[in-house]
Amino acid sequence: MHGVLQEIKNICSILVHKKLVYNRSDEVGIVLFGTKETCNELAKELGGYKHVTVAHEIKVVDEGTSQALQNLPAGSVPGKVLDAIVVGLDMMIRKIGNTKGKRRLCLITSAQHSLRDPPEGTKEDQVDTIADQMKRHDIKMECIVFREPGVHHGAVMEENDRLLYQFRNRSVAKVVQVDSPTSLLGALKTRNVLPVTVFRGDLEVSSNFRIKVWVYKKTAEEKFPTLKKYSDKAPPSDKFASHEVKVDYEYKSIVEPDKVVPPDQRIKGYRYGPQVVPISSAEWEAVKFKPEKGVKLLGFTDRSSILRHHFMKDVCLFIPEPGNTKATLAVSAIARAMHQMNKVAIGRCVWRQGQGNVAFGVLTPNISSVNNVQDSFYFNVLPFAEDIREFQFRSFSSLPSSSQPTEEQQEAADNLVKMLDLAPPGREYTKSHAGYTVLFQRFYSYLDLKAKQPDANVPPLERCLKRITEPDPDVIDQQTPLIQNLGKAFELKENPKKKKGRTQDRLAYTAGDQSKSAAEPSVEKDGILAVLYPPTENIGEIRDLNPVQDFEAMLAKRSSSTWVQKAFEEMQKYTTALLENSREGDNYHKALECFAALRKACIIEQEPDEFNQFLTKTYERLKNGDVASFFQLLSSKNISLISKEEAPDSDATEEMARSFYLKQEAASQ
Amino acid sequence: MFTPAFFQANEKQETHFHTIVNCITQSMKTQIIGRSYDEVAICFFNTKEKKNLQDLAGVYVYNVGDRDPLDRPTAKLIKDFSCIEDSFMDNIGSRYGITAGSRENTLYNALWVAQALLRKGYTVSKRILIFTNEDNPFGAITGAVKTDMIRTTVQRAKVLLAFLQDAQDLGLSIELLPLSRPDEEFNMSLFYADLIGLDGDEITEYLPSAGEKLEDMTDQLRKRIMKKRRVKTLSFAITNDVCIEVNTYALVRPTTPGTITWLDSLSNIPLKTERSFICNDTGALLQDPQMRFQMYNDTVVKFSVRELSEVKRVSSHHLRLLGFKPLDCLKDYHNLRPSTFIYPSDEHIFGSTRVFVALHSSMLRLGRFALAFYGNPTRPQLVALVAQTNKPKMGGVLQKIIMQIHLYKMTHICLYSGQVESPGMHMIYLPYSDDIRYPEEVHLTSDDAPRATDEQIKKASNLLKRIDLKDFSVSHFANPGLQRHYGILEALALGEDEMPDIKDETLPDEKGLARPGVVKAIDEFKASVYGENYDQEEAEAASAKASHGDAAKKRKAITDAASLKSAAYDWAELADNGKDMTVVELKSYLTAHDLPVSGKKEALISRILTHLGK
Repeated sequence: MHGVLQEIKNICSILVHKKLVYNRSDEVGIVLFGTKETCNELAKELGGYKHVTVAHEIKVVDEGTSQALQNLPAGSVPGKVLDAIVVGLDMMIRKIGNTKGKRRLCLITSAQHSLRDPPEGTKEDQVDTIADQMKRHDIKMECIVFREPGVHHGAVMEENDRLLYQFRNRSVAKVVQVDSPTSLLGALKTRNVLPVTVFRGDLEVSSNFRIKVWVYKKTAEEKFPTLKKYSDKAPPSDKFASHEVKVDYEYKSIVEPDKVVPPDQRIKGYRYGPQVVPISSAEWEAVKFKPEKGVKLLGFTDRSSILRHHFMKDVCLFIPEPGNTKATLAVSAIARAMHQMNKVAIGRCVWRQGQGNVAFGVLTPNISSVNNVQDSFYFNVLPFAEDIREFQFRSFSSLPSSSQPTEEQQEAADNLVKMLDLAPPGREYTKSHAGYTVLFQRFYSYLDLKAKQPDANVPPLERCLKRITEPDPDVIDQQTPLIQNLGKAFELKENPKKKKGRTQDRLAYTAGDQSKSAAEPSVEKDGILAVLYPPTENIGEIRDLNPVQDFEAMLAKRSSSTWVQKAFEEMQKYTTALLENSREGDNYHKALECFAALRKACIIEQEPDEFNQFLTKTYERLKNGDVASFFQLLSSKNISLISKEEAPDSDATEEMARSFYLKQEAASQ
Repeated sequence: MFTPAFFQANEKQETHFHTIVNCITQSMKTQIIGRSYDEVAICFFNTKEKKNLQDLAGVYVYNVGDRDPLDRPTAKLIKDFSCIEDSFMDNIGSRYGITAGSRENTLYNALWVAQALLRKGYTVSKRILIFTNEDNPFGAITGAVKTDMIRTTVQRAKVLLAFLQDAQDLGLSIELLPLSRPDEEFNMSLFYADLIGLDGDEITEYLPSAGEKLEDMTDQLRKRIMKKRRVKTLSFAITNDVCIEVNTYALVRPTTPGTITWLDSLSNIPLKTERSFICNDTGALLQDPQMRFQMYNDTVVKFSVRELSEVKRVSSHHLRLLGFKPLDCLKDYHNLRPSTFIYPSDEHIFGSTRVFVALHSSMLRLGRFALAFYGNPTRPQLVALVAQTNKPKMGGVLQKIIMQIHLYKMTHICLYSGQVESPGMHMIYLPYSDDIRYPEEVHLTSDDAPRATDEQIKKASNLLKRIDLKDFSVSHFANPGLQRHYGILEALALGEDEMPDIKDETLPDEKGLARPGVVKAIDEFKASVYGENYDQEEAEAASAKASHGDAAKKRKAITDAASLKSAAYDWAELADNGKDMTVVELKSYLTAHDLPVSGKKEALISRILTHLGK
């Protein structure tokens, strides 16, 4: 237990930090047990309850709360779990009395020391009494039981576990077993969200058979806190300055840039071909798609006809209406039947009246393994036909043999997959899916640091956080020879022709992106411009002054796929014109640059044919003219066809690329 | 990008003409939404009038407004073309076949015109569709003249193909959409097989598939077609020293109705947005502020943008392999966002594909997925990489596609609603433990939750078998909201009076559910879980609730109390002394008379006055 004190400190600090940001009026108290000293009210009043120390009385969170967590002493005496629970409970009841509010007890323990026998009755009776008290005061408990892997489970531990699970069975507690420091980080909910239903009503199987259900979110992405923009304009003497920045949008006519158009004079328009069709919101309201509120089942289908990667969004959970036994039975029967037959249900959901569209998705059974939890369904949104993009990729079996692994290499890969197993039978690395939100932890500890030292730098990643972003050292250590084997089996080489490519810069984004972040606002502006001005009116041109830059700028505007195409076309036109208007090679240097830029872009965009055809055609057309010497220049700079090695879509082999100019010459003679 | 040009051989058969006009109109309607940058030209051949740049006889290039002959389709083009039938005979007119004696070969001319039209545009793929019901265009001519004409026309087509291919286009195809006359079938071998270059078995297979194609063109789903573009190139570190390169693609993303352009409602001129930052304290105008702040413990903590991005950077690699897990560890609720597809690339690091292929096949064979950390700076998170084979989703469709590729030399499969799963890995974004909620544990009871008995499960299984969606595929379901949006847009743009009626494919099949077998299965299951008299009990409960419900009682009590209270005031004088009364007093009146109690004090007073009839 002492080994993970650091992690416990971390996780509890986050809890406090988050409260300081989001729930300023929450109150927190800290109780330590297994300490040498004894310091709690119950011990003073009644005696007993030894080795339980109140480190922090329950009060509104502040600096002191996180301070109290900074130096957790390592205990020296076997801790008594039940005593600690009683002390904590007593503190809470004293503090809040009968007022309303949400309360919870978080217990982090290894639960490995024997408990003292209660003065009267059994330990089980004592647990029941405590659970009753919790129920009466509406207090929930979260128990996190930490055991290092390989610890022998003795009779004492089993008894403790049984007692803790008894709390769960009395439905006042949740018990989580963790076995690694990282999973410990994931086990405690640092922010409690009150679950709100998405929908309450009927799950309609047919017009005369409905099941009453409630729908909740099962997963929801926790967002990075949105920081407000800071204004330093307020005088320093102003104590009540909000320092906030208001963002104001003004709509101006393109024709008269000085005139601001009032909101009621604006109308929405959608593009239809080259023109924009105005639609007033009243008109829209009258004709738009208005589905009826309700959840309907379309039917059932085989699980295999649903592809896992088609799941579109966060997941919902359908539970039978609480307290409704018949609904519970119906859900349970269908869920279990689906599970047995390996089927899923397809449903169509309109959660609210007035919702603009339907959620179309799949219901999968969730068979509960805990006795007092009902069976339920997960609901995942599926894509519509319009949402699926049918891009074609080469099948791996049709790749050239240079890209196919040899038997030996395949074996190395097989071994890696087998041995780098995160879920060996009997013990799954819980962290894998439960890794704690690394980013947030880092942000909150930095926030706390900054509050104390405003000019502090970003601290390096903490050890336990690093463990989430990198493979578990234990697993790696065990398999070192295997990993080395893999390295030996495959040969990876950097493409020498590809130094300092745009992409490569992105590939190695380890440090110093200062310039990038400074450039970001302007990128954003470009985005807005592109939206406002349909591309036809604002097409980037390739100008004489700086053709390559213009071309790259066009490519960078990825707001619409047409830009890339457009850029290629413009560049080809421009280059052709350059060559055709060239007098005694005065444009050669520029044209060479253009060729090189186009070639690079065609490789990056995976459009080798674009370049290859352009090159072939230009060469065919001009090889016997005045500019024939230009191709010698190209040849000397190694600007030839894009080969398969550079872009798999290419039809040209490396040999063809190398001999391109030679062969063509031979053929023409 | 496609550049289809439409040819129209026009005969007396009104129905054929109508079919084709309808088909072209529909396909332009689809195109303007799906690939609005594609350009199109329509040209009739074998006409009385002529209109083309080359001034060749018997060819009429149809166009409207100031549009180029080959240009993006516009609403006006679609609208005018759809009603061309009425004015066709007067303005354009048609002739019967190629008449004997005349040396003119209109099909030959038409190919000439097409070549001139398609001269425009570099590096695009081009397509010519020929619609005709005349299988023997030179039927009336005999002897050497005929042979000569066939030869020159076919040669013309070959030259055209060669010319356009030479102009470094991505591909050019001539396609034929033959329409059979009622009395005889279109005979491909008479002439057209030579023109489009078919031989042997291809000819017999061509006709039925062409018919299907005509249907497809008329009946296509309006769907925005995206060009294949990669999203990002990532480095994927498998071990410390094996780091490969992969490209990511977005294969599944929700389609939005398209961007909104704000217009001035008076002039319909587009507006531009200007953003300005205003200091809340002083009202001063700011440049884009570079500092951010967060309230923490009641103090302002400032961050620079750079510091924030540094906080977010937690990993030095894009993708870092952590290990492998059996596929069943990936639960149904491990999902947050649409997945991303990854495919290897050897662009910067040679040998990447080989490593990826080896890993891919091992994972498939062993039934594992890879767990990796994705160090995306906006949201670093854990991802599952699930290997995907390139098996077709529906066997039948693939065959159809292959046949079409074969016949039409089509490069763009997406035209047909086929769906093939691509080989590679799907990156599924996993939730963090903080993102997972446990709503099932909110309503815990101390007792065991009721579980279905085996008998009930058996009844449910029977129900499942009855309501079975055979061959379910997501590609069968169009987004009703989006289709409606496109429909409305089209109706408004083309000035149609009626709003389109879009079929909502996501509604259950009521007819199917009403089949006796299904109804019986449902009733049996219902009886087994709900009991025999459920409907009756429900109805009783509902009526009991309505009359004696707790909530109703409570509401009644409040209203009674309010009316008592409100009776104490002289409401008629409200207009004079309303301002002196408190909101609570005003609300008592509103409650007593069952009026809404929301709004400000003035609103409450005016509401009461309206109710009093003043």
